[in-house]
Amino acid sequence: MSLLEVNNLDVRFALRRGDVQALRDVCFRLDRGERLGIVGESGAGKSVAAFSLLNLIAKPGYIAGGSIRFDGQELIGLGDRALRRIRGHRISMIFQDPMMTLNPVLTIGEQMVECLRAHRRISTRDARAISLRKLEQVQIPSPEARLDQYPHELSGGMRQRVIIAIALLLDPDIIIADEPTTALDVTIQAEIMALLLELCEEHNVGLVLITHDLGVVSQVTQRMLVMYAGRVIEQGPTREIINDPQHPYTQGLINALPQMATPGSRLNQIPGSMPSLNNLSSGCAFHPRCGFVTRPDDSTRQACVDQEPGFVTSGNCQAACHMVAEMIERERLPAEEQDS
Amino acid sequence: MTTTTSAIESSPTASRWERLRDSYLLYSFKRDPIAQVSLAVFIVLVAAAVLAPWLAPMNPYDLAQIDILASELPPFWIDGSDPAYLMGTDAQGRDLLSTILYGARVSLIIGFGAVAMQAALGVCFGLLAGYLGGRVDAFLMRLADIQLSFSTLMVAIVVGALFKAIFGGATYSAYAVPLLVLIIGLAEWPQYARTVRASVLAEKGKEYVDAARVMGLSSRRIMFRHILPNTLSPIFVISTVQVANAIISEAALSFLGLGMPETQPSLGSLIKSGFDYLQSGSWWITLIPGLVLVILVLVINLLGDWLRDVLNPRLYKG
Amino acid sequence: MIAFLIKRLFHALLVMFVISVIAFAIQDNLGDPIQQMVGQSVPESERETLREELGLNDPFAVQYLRFAAKAVQFDFGYSYVFNEPTTEVILRHLPATLELVAASTFLIIALSIPIGVYSAIKPRAWLSRVFMGVSIIGISIPVFLTAIVLIQLFAIGVSWSPFPADTGWGAWLNGLLTTDGGMPAYGRGDPVPVIGTWETNFASLEGLTYLVLPAISLASIMLPLFIRLIRAEMLEVLQSDYVKFARAKGISPRRIYFLHALKNTMLPVITVGGVQIGTLVAYTILTETVFQWPGMGLMFLDAIERSDIPLIVTYLMIVGLIFVITNTLVDLIYGLVNPTVKLTGKPA
Repeated sequence: MSLLEVNNLDVRFALRRGDVQALRDVCFRLDRGERLGIVGESGAGKSVAAFSLLNLIAKPGYIAGGSIRFDGQELIGLGDRALRRIRGHRISMIFQDPMMTLNPVLTIGEQMVECLRAHRRISTRDARAISLRKLEQVQIPSPEARLDQYPHELSGGMRQRVIIAIALLLDPDIIIADEPTTALDVTIQAEIMALLLELCEEHNVGLVLITHDLGVVSQVTQRMLVMYAGRVIEQGPTREIINDPQHPYTQGLINALPQMATPGSRLNQIPGSMPSLNNLSSGCAFHPRCGFVTRPDDSTRQACVDQEPGFVTSGNCQAACHMVAEMIERERLPAEEQDS
Repeated sequence: MTTTTSAIESSPTASRWERLRDSYLLYSFKRDPIAQVSLAVFIVLVAAAVLAPWLAPMNPYDLAQIDILASELPPFWIDGSDPAYLMGTDAQGRDLLSTILYGARVSLIIGFGAVAMQAALGVCFGLLAGYLGGRVDAFLMRLADIQLSFSTLMVAIVVGALFKAIFGGATYSAYAVPLLVLIIGLAEWPQYARTVRASVLAEKGKEYVDAARVMGLSSRRIMFRHILPNTLSPIFVISTVQVANAIISEAALSFLGLGMPETQPSLGSLIKSGFDYLQSGSWWITLIPGLVLVILVLVINLLGDWLRDVLNPRLYKG
Repeated sequence: MIAFLIKRLFHALLVMFVISVIAFAIQDNLGDPIQQMVGQSVPESERETLREELGLNDPFAVQYLRFAAKAVQFDFGYSYVFNEPTTEVILRHLPATLELVAASTFLIIALSIPIGVYSAIKPRAWLSRVFMGVSIIGISIPVFLTAIVLIQLFAIGVSWSPFPADTGWGAWLNGLLTTDGGMPAYGRGDPVPVIGTWETNFASLEGLTYLVLPAISLASIMLPLFIRLIRAEMLEVLQSDYVKFARAKGISPRRIYFLHALKNTMLPVITVGGVQIGTLVAYTILTETVFQWPGMGLMFLDAIERSDIPLIVTYLMIVGLIFVITNTLVDLIYGLVNPTVKLTGKPA
């Protein structure tokens, strides 16, 4: 049994004009110490997925169904008090923008100590000592002085280090990092990512890394999911997906990487843009942008327009695509014919 | 989000009416019963005030129609009332209903006039301060700060007292309407100036202003033709609130004897004239005009709240 | 800290300078001391020599400097009406106004913070809707009308009997609609003397009853504004990333609301609200008029009616000083509370 198992997660936003489904049928799992990447364009539902794990989605969002099992315990429907014992303690989070994540009117020390004291019965003095040790681990210069400083006295990179230290304070099982380096200067992005990776490995902490940067995912994670319009459309071992993407969208994403373009020519791009969630097209949500709806022989693959694709397994990967399903079917049929 | 989509959906050739029909403004209005009721009440009050000469049973400015013997009659639901005077009469024997209708007219004229005055002053100063910056900005904003820290009411009272001292009581009463418009306009321009300045500063950094400057357009043209239109939605929102404030300010000045004379009463001076009779039990002379004033101001404020929620401009705080 | 103080002090002096120029201009143009000193019968030539002797023909700047030099020592001349130094007249009326403002401020702070916070934490609760509805009605009622209604209800008393009085529930409902009246609504009663001309209403229960209605009506102006301000700020803060992060850390809701969120909410509230509390002094003119509260506001209105120019000028200067002091204090408190403001004056 995996440490974290998410099945058929269904998250909706209750708007006046009716519910909008932000996550549909999201399934994934995470083993102890494993690093999972979630990629997709902005608005694909990556952050919603991250926040719904700890039931932290802002109103009017709510979890409409599915199951989130963590260490054998079902988190959906768990009371706030019980959930609070998990938040920051066994599963902690790192947010996107370190400039906004720390409370501007409380010192670094206060914000670390309160987290420790919310989960453990320890004195402020002991909590400060632990905080100090964590600040040392994230390689902050003169950590002693930092404890009594306010966030605005620290640079963005330093603040993200503090936030990583807070995430590690209680030696959690999982860290959910929502675009942890996007808001940082390019020069320190790699530094922070390396630090996070190193600490996760050192403490055997599972990592859910949410990003739109395929490069980072391929370097850091062992498995990945690709999300599109609130659904997982492909998942599997990172290396296999990067080397041999099945879903046309994933192929497009990888082709769009600058290193995939021929020098001197235009960058590859996926035509069109992701539909808004309240305006999804019928069938496969990606079909209006997909180059494979029309078959090589010019016939239209009608299922793409009419029917939402289910998952098909190809090797260690799963993809939700009619085209892939057709291909697998075609490969399998001759083999069966030969057998018979 | 919705406003942008509807803007895209409506073609550039769509008429103003079509654009209004498709707009988010109308959509949210249809879904907000409070806004609908407020607008209806507001329209009824304004119509009643505008049509006062035709609606009112008598003309309170015409001394010949006043019967002093019929003074302090109660409204119709109380014993001792006279069916000729639906809402009773005031201390001078004027029909209270007529006086309220005429009074609401005066209050509304001053309210809207004063807001036009503040808007004219405030928009000009705000544009200047925001666009020119530097010393002009520092001077105007410091002035606005000082005025606001004194509170607009205090400024209005002082300016009103000065005008009264300079012109004398009789002249002041004779020209009370334009003077009050001027006084309240002078007292409240900082609100506009700050709002406009804040949005000018926000707009100034945007590229279209740079583009206009590169094209060699004059500062005045850039300010009025390019920046001002983009600051309209916050101006629109504070205008509603300011009309309500101006009506209250006028009432306050009248209550202090610095506003409309009793011969040509506004709602405020009606409340004041009735206050002296409160102890003798004639509460209606004060409280009925008071109720009308509160309802008028309340519906304007409710409409302002609704507008702010819908247009959601970044208003200057503080 | 010192640099900050000096900067604030300089700003305050600048404001006082502007106010004093305005005040002096009023005095110069409207007040004619000769008229007050001598009667109508004195011939014009004699007036002219007097004018020359008193320096009234000197240039504006010279006269202003003379005015300013005296003003610094709180010498604004004699009141026409009271025939005594204006500062003494003001000093006699000041405590009444300050007590009224203090009582209202207490009411505003004590009520607006819990109500504002509650309606931000539970924006959809019916009680929050009631608070917001009442507050917008409150904004729409002019102060003097609130005061009048309070007098009608609690001083004069109201008895309504629209329900059948012979049934139990009818009598009960009628009882709810009926107020006894009898609350003191005019003047200060017999305040307890403290020192000199300073008398207080806070020292006795009877004194407090005189304070109740005026203080409530004065508070009624700012209370809705404060509630709406605190609610709006708190709602915004609750949306912030740092509140979400605190939740993700597993901090208890109580600590999030009352430490993380409230502390950030109060920063803008201190700046906006502090200035508003200062302007309460202006609104005392209205409340004091309705309640005949013998404070500065009532005195000022009286001075306007009797064209007591020196008293008007003194009032403006004193009120200006009060505003400047409150604003400076507010800035100082803000600087102390907000860690991102460097009071040291060193570049951050």
